[in-house]
Amino acid sequence: MSATVRKVLPANAGSTPSGPTPRSRAARRRKLVSLGFLLPALLLLGSLVAYPILFSVGRSFFDASGDTFVGADNYTEMFQDPATTKAIRNSAIWVIVAPVLLTGLGLILAVLSEKIRWATAFKLLMFMPMAISFLAAGIIFRVAYEADPERGVLNAMTVGVHDAFSGDTKGYPTAHPQNPRTIPAQKDGSYRTAKSVSPGDTADLGLVGVPPKDIPKAAKPAAAASSAPAAKGELRGVVFIDFTLGGGGKPGRVDPTERGLPGLAVEAVKGGEVVATATTGNDGTYRFEDLPSGDYHLQLPQKDFAEAYQGISWLGPSLITPAIIGAYLWIWTGFSMVLIGAGLASLPRDALEAARMDGANEWQIFRKITVPLLSPVLGVVFVTTVINVMKVFDLVYIIAPGPVQQDASVLATRMWLVSFGGGNNQGLGSALGVLLLLLVVPAMALNIRRFRRSQS
Amino acid sequence: MRRIITATATVLGLALTATACGGGDDDSAKGEQKLKGQTVNVAGVWTGVEMKNFKKVLDAFSEKTGAKTNFVPTGDNVSTVIGSKIEGGKAPDVVMVPQVGVLKQFAKKGWLTPLSKKVGEKAGATFATVWKKYGTVDNTYYGLYFKATHKSTVWYTPQSFEQAGVQPPKSYDEMLKTAKTVSDSGTPAFSVGGEDGWTLTDWFENIYLSQAGPEMYDKLASHSIPWTDPSVVKALTTLGKLFGDKNLVSGGSAEALRTDFPESVENVFGSEPKAGMVYEGDFVGGLISGQFHKKLGEEARFFPFPAVDGKKAPVVSGGDAAVVLKAGKNQKAAMAFLEYLASPEAAAVWAEAGGFVSPNTNLKPTAYKDETTRAIAESLVDAGDSVRFDMSDQAPAAFGGTVGTGEWKILQDFLKSPSDAKGTARKLEAAAAKAYKD
Repeated sequence: MSATVRKVLPANAGSTPSGPTPRSRAARRRKLVSLGFLLPALLLLGSLVAYPILFSVGRSFFDASGDTFVGADNYTEMFQDPATTKAIRNSAIWVIVAPVLLTGLGLILAVLSEKIRWATAFKLLMFMPMAISFLAAGIIFRVAYEADPERGVLNAMTVGVHDAFSGDTKGYPTAHPQNPRTIPAQKDGSYRTAKSVSPGDTADLGLVGVPPKDIPKAAKPAAAASSAPAAKGELRGVVFIDFTLGGGGKPGRVDPTERGLPGLAVEAVKGGEVVATATTGNDGTYRFEDLPSGDYHLQLPQKDFAEAYQGISWLGPSLITPAIIGAYLWIWTGFSMVLIGAGLASLPRDALEAARMDGANEWQIFRKITVPLLSPVLGVVFVTTVINVMKVFDLVYIIAPGPVQQDASVLATRMWLVSFGGGNNQGLGSALGVLLLLLVVPAMALNIRRFRRSQS
Repeated sequence: MRRIITATATVLGLALTATACGGGDDDSAKGEQKLKGQTVNVAGVWTGVEMKNFKKVLDAFSEKTGAKTNFVPTGDNVSTVIGSKIEGGKAPDVVMVPQVGVLKQFAKKGWLTPLSKKVGEKAGATFATVWKKYGTVDNTYYGLYFKATHKSTVWYTPQSFEQAGVQPPKSYDEMLKTAKTVSDSGTPAFSVGGEDGWTLTDWFENIYLSQAGPEMYDKLASHSIPWTDPSVVKALTTLGKLFGDKNLVSGGSAEALRTDFPESVENVFGSEPKAGMVYEGDFVGGLISGQFHKKLGEEARFFPFPAVDGKKAPVVSGGDAAVVLKAGKNQKAAMAFLEYLASPEAAAVWAEAGGFVSPNTNLKPTAYKDETTRAIAESLVDAGDSVRFDMSDQAPAAFGGTVGTGEWKILQDFLKSPSDAKGTARKLEAAAAKAYKD
């Protein structure tokens, strides 16, 4: 800032007396007046833009304390730290995906909205998210993306659609055998008895971990059914809850108050193949009649323990960036649509008419005439979005939960985290800021050039 | 440029202080009235009920001494706010600092006045020496701990224990067995708030403090032993026994990672209980009674975090320490206020209002209004010098206190795959080495 002041002051000081000719004096005065008008802007720009940039560049060559000159160490560290490279990669995804989608969506919507009756109402509606702050929008989407279908509207929808097509297949997901050694878990999530049984035997399968509120009201105590002997050629037993509420039950035995679990599938397996299936009754009884003699293993198939469909993990590490980009599109599509719509309205109608007269169909008109004529506007939207996307911060910070914060991080969040949010290394933070600046500069230059061209 | 800003701020600050001091004195006060006409400005992070209750302590002090008191809320970021207030010439006289790391930072910057001999003696007689240790930086005693937190409490619903027919466990292994029985009865045992990394660091610290002992704990807290030390791996393995059993953690680790701390309490004490137990500090009690309207002692109980491997049960703690700022204008009155805070009298004022535990050994247990708080306070005082402060609070923020990185993130990854204790220790050491270096 002081640099600007010094540069301006001498000019000011030299203004006072002498000047050779009236004409040159007038020219000098004009120069001074214009300088005087420029001064406030120069001061502001100098102190608020130029000085911070130069300071950051300088700061990026010092360590965390700001006392020791470390050369380019911060820059090399930046590209070695996996968290930062992840942020760079995410920023790249943002810059590639978001502007393309935003311009494309805006174009499609703008063209379509030209053809509908309620175009103004539609545009208004699309534009409305722009009136919501990023912070509020972030909170909205954070809730919308919640995994629990009771809370997250998107998962409520996916679960609804899923269940409508494949039916509700809820079993007892928390249930498991009381003794995992006699009934070990199989790879596919089912449980199979370790010992084999043959027709004429009885076998009781004890499960635990069933929430009392999930036990059907119809379930009855299983003790009586368990002691019933098997008929000839019959293999029977009960599937029961091997836990006496309040304690006192004996594991592995059907205690008097312990109830059977109705509606479970039980399979008889021979040589790895399921040969017969039975379903448990209200007291937990299952029964295989007329089984050919031989050794069988009893199996409780995976579907007995199937969890209700949980929907999509929007906020999980793999989908988090696309999810946040989705939220970003929701906010900005209206903007790009309105901008492109304005460009569309100013297109020369005669070109379109001429094309129609020559027999071009709508798609050809769109591709060969509308898009090329619109390209300046599309360019502006595209480049503006690129710049905008580089600095995206609030959405990422708010939508990504703690454990996936690192998977979602972009350059701007990383820069903040490193310099203020705990890292307290403003040297590395400044280096990240400089990187961000370098990445934005080409887009800026492009925009300015385009602006100049359109002015001339 | 900088000078101009400072100057303007000072002028502004002076103007503001002048107006702030303009109020009249309270004449109804009784007692010694030695400090009549003086004002003590006290800054702290407290808001809401806590602020209201602390103001009662301030009022009691005014009544006793005649000094006027003023509470200045700082918001969460104490060090930034106090820093700018000092720079602006509007420094409060006393600050209640919420973390030992902040206390250290203040002392290192030379902002603090050492406690007077009188306060030191008074505190020495009524507090376990460990509290003095945590208030001391470079052999100078600066911070007087007034309010303590007890972070070794496991909260449970008596209903789930009755249903399972179990009693509160006395050892870690017993706790695993209890948890298994509770889960067998159909209630998932623990709700773990893994979306908030700090709950996981607290889990680890309790196990480590009990298993490895206070000396090792101190060494690890100051990073004079590396995180790859076998004791760390052992503690992680012990923790992994619980985290790794999907029957013990409600919904398994995937759900735990989607559950934040308030949700984990709601899962146990909310309207639709999903688990039987939740581990966290004494503040869970406040949440239970304040937000879920359950009666402590009846619908919600706690047991102390049990001892690991037959060692002593851990008491991980923390607290708010009162410090006197050098930049404050009323040094004498401020020191008198700290002297007052060191007395059981001051502690009794807040204890009566509730939501408060004091490290003061002279405070009578009857001062606490409910049994649960009394039990917590007794456990804290009984632990004496084996109390240790939250380790992650003592670490640099980049390691122990930042969302999505450092210890928080690494322990979240550990919750996801609890079998890899060695790899986790290695990652912790790498992150710690970096953070302690800066």
